[in-house]
Amino acid sequence: MDLLYELVTDYTLRTVALGAALLGMVGGSLGSYAVLRGRSLIGDAVAHAALPGIAGAFLLTGSMNPLVLMLGAATTGLAAALLVETTAHTTRVPYDSALALMLSAFFGLGLVLMTYLQRHAGASQAGLDAFLFGQAAALVTRDVYVMAALGGIALVMMLLLWKELKLLSFNPDFGHSLGLPMQLLNGLLTTLIVVAIVIGLQTVGVVLMSAVLIAPTVAARQWTNRLGRMVALAAGIGAATGVAGAVVSASMRNLPTGPTIVLCMGAVVAMSMLLAPERGLLWRMGGPRTAAPSSSNSSFSTSSPADS
Amino acid sequence: MSPQAEVQLVAAVTAVACALPGAFLVLRRLSMMSDAISHAILPGIVVGFMLTESLASPLLIAGAAATGVLTVVLVERIEGTGLVREDAAIGLVFPVLFSIGVVLLARYASDVHLDVDAVLLGELAFVPFDRLEWGGIDLGPRALWVMGTVLLLNAAFLTAFYKELKLSTFDAQLAATLGFIPGVLHYVLMSLVSVTAVSAFDAVGSILVVALMVAPPATAYLLTDRLDRMIVLSAGLGVGYALVGYAGAAALDASIAGSMATVAGLLFGVTLVAAPERGLVATWRRQHRHTARFSAQLLAAYLANPSTPPVPLSEASNRLHDRFGWLPSHTQALISDLRDQDLITVRSGHLACTEAGQQLADEAAQHAA
Repeated sequence: MDLLYELVTDYTLRTVALGAALLGMVGGSLGSYAVLRGRSLIGDAVAHAALPGIAGAFLLTGSMNPLVLMLGAATTGLAAALLVETTAHTTRVPYDSALALMLSAFFGLGLVLMTYLQRHAGASQAGLDAFLFGQAAALVTRDVYVMAALGGIALVMMLLLWKELKLLSFNPDFGHSLGLPMQLLNGLLTTLIVVAIVIGLQTVGVVLMSAVLIAPTVAARQWTNRLGRMVALAAGIGAATGVAGAVVSASMRNLPTGPTIVLCMGAVVAMSMLLAPERGLLWRMGGPRTAAPSSSNSSFSTSSPADS
Repeated sequence: MSPQAEVQLVAAVTAVACALPGAFLVLRRLSMMSDAISHAILPGIVVGFMLTESLASPLLIAGAAATGVLTVVLVERIEGTGLVREDAAIGLVFPVLFSIGVVLLARYASDVHLDVDAVLLGELAFVPFDRLEWGGIDLGPRALWVMGTVLLLNAAFLTAFYKELKLSTFDAQLAATLGFIPGVLHYVLMSLVSVTAVSAFDAVGSILVVALMVAPPATAYLLTDRLDRMIVLSAGLGVGYALVGYAGAAALDASIAGSMATVAGLLFGVTLVAAPERGLVATWRRQHRHTARFSAQLLAAYLANPSTPPVPLSEASNRLHDRFGWLPSHTQALISDLRDQDLITVRSGHLACTEAGQQLADEAAQHAA
């Protein structure tokens, strides 16, 4: 009860919890599309590729304004994502190799810029650490406003393009035959995912960002076969585990926020995989063996009018 | 040896040690598994460090490598439930393991000398300070011995099981039929990747290990079709990263490992664009050539067809747009090209095939039939 009281009254805890909830919500919703399209790990690449953007933005403008840094992060993050798609599309280098390569090469460039800044411009090691592991405790109200504004725009775009994104996720060829600009939509979806990642970096950091996109979605996926419900559930799970992680990490000494959020998410995924009706592992052990559930998109009911 | 030379040597040895198993990671679609492993070894390193209180202990390397293999097993088990796809499973397992590592470090080992960013980023510049001594004799940087051993281990494994690895990579079923036990080979390979990642994190950090493992073979894959050449080329690229990366880092006074990864990315970018057969430019030109050839055949066949009404030169753009959907610019360029090549000609204001054009049309007809 003390914790709940603090959640409302304590400035730091309230800010962190709000930030984590926003991040979980945006990451969970947009992550759904990444996971459905078999692009789960794009978040990992984009998050790592944000580092040179942040360092570059600081190098060019000398500004520590979060919006400037986020813009830099989004630019290089998006560039990496597009390079991954181009490489995988036009050459025989496999998608996952392109991902791993861009991830580490962009991160390496970021590291060069960061260390250069540290040694020449007197920037501190703290900046790099905050970026790597997130620094949720340093969130201030202004950061939360920025997160809410950017995340809100991304979510509204997602809702406006609901049918198109659904088509992109389940049957891009059909969408193409309808004359929809699927390439453009794909680019747009990637941009929205980049936004979700960029607003999360400060809270959970580079390394753990991919989990924020994937975990709520994978948990939600076990409970429903409908896209609409899955996205809503993923947003809810993301927000709830975000708040839970923030509260738990505040309640104990030396418990960093980002990893705690990820561990909460991991617990919900494990629970969902075990307990979810029909798909859950325990459920399957007990009942008569039915057809194994599928991790692909085929078991989705896509024609439901309720979803569109 | 000067400290600078030592750093470059360790960088080169590390790059080659990482590049050797890399070829199989790329070909077996396991590249992101190397990313997962290199992050997930953190809890292994932390627990090992808490037990041995030393970053140098072989026990620590063994423990951390075991965490790497655990990552592979966990990902495969989760994927095996049929509830989660492989890439999502990877993206779930390594952040959770990494988080456990960070939490363990923050709660129980915050007083010890082990930073997470040291694990993630490493620092090649410190390599000459950590030396191996035997009975008071300086044997050189410890990292050189560690990475040298790993390099020999990887090279020995590749040499001894080259045939088996090759077959199980390109045709796992045939390998199984021949009794090559591809499953065991897979886990040995992943153990080696884990050992390599753990040994290298000290010097280059766990994120850049991924660059050194994946970038060389991915680049080489664009340049050759042969596995043996791909591996040799990868090793050479690794040495190149080390030397050029070191020079760049020295010039900027920046992170050496970061500079190596940047060089790796740049070289891949150049190869991606300019590789002789598989590069973007070569692919684009090939496609362009095919399109041109196909258009020429189509037009020749169209003109050679006796049932085609005569095509006045002035009407060509409209007619061919109606017939084939070609843009006027395409039609005009094509006609001028084909006239230059003497495949079509203009007779009394109308397009017509020359003899060579007639042959081209016949060829096209044979292809179609």
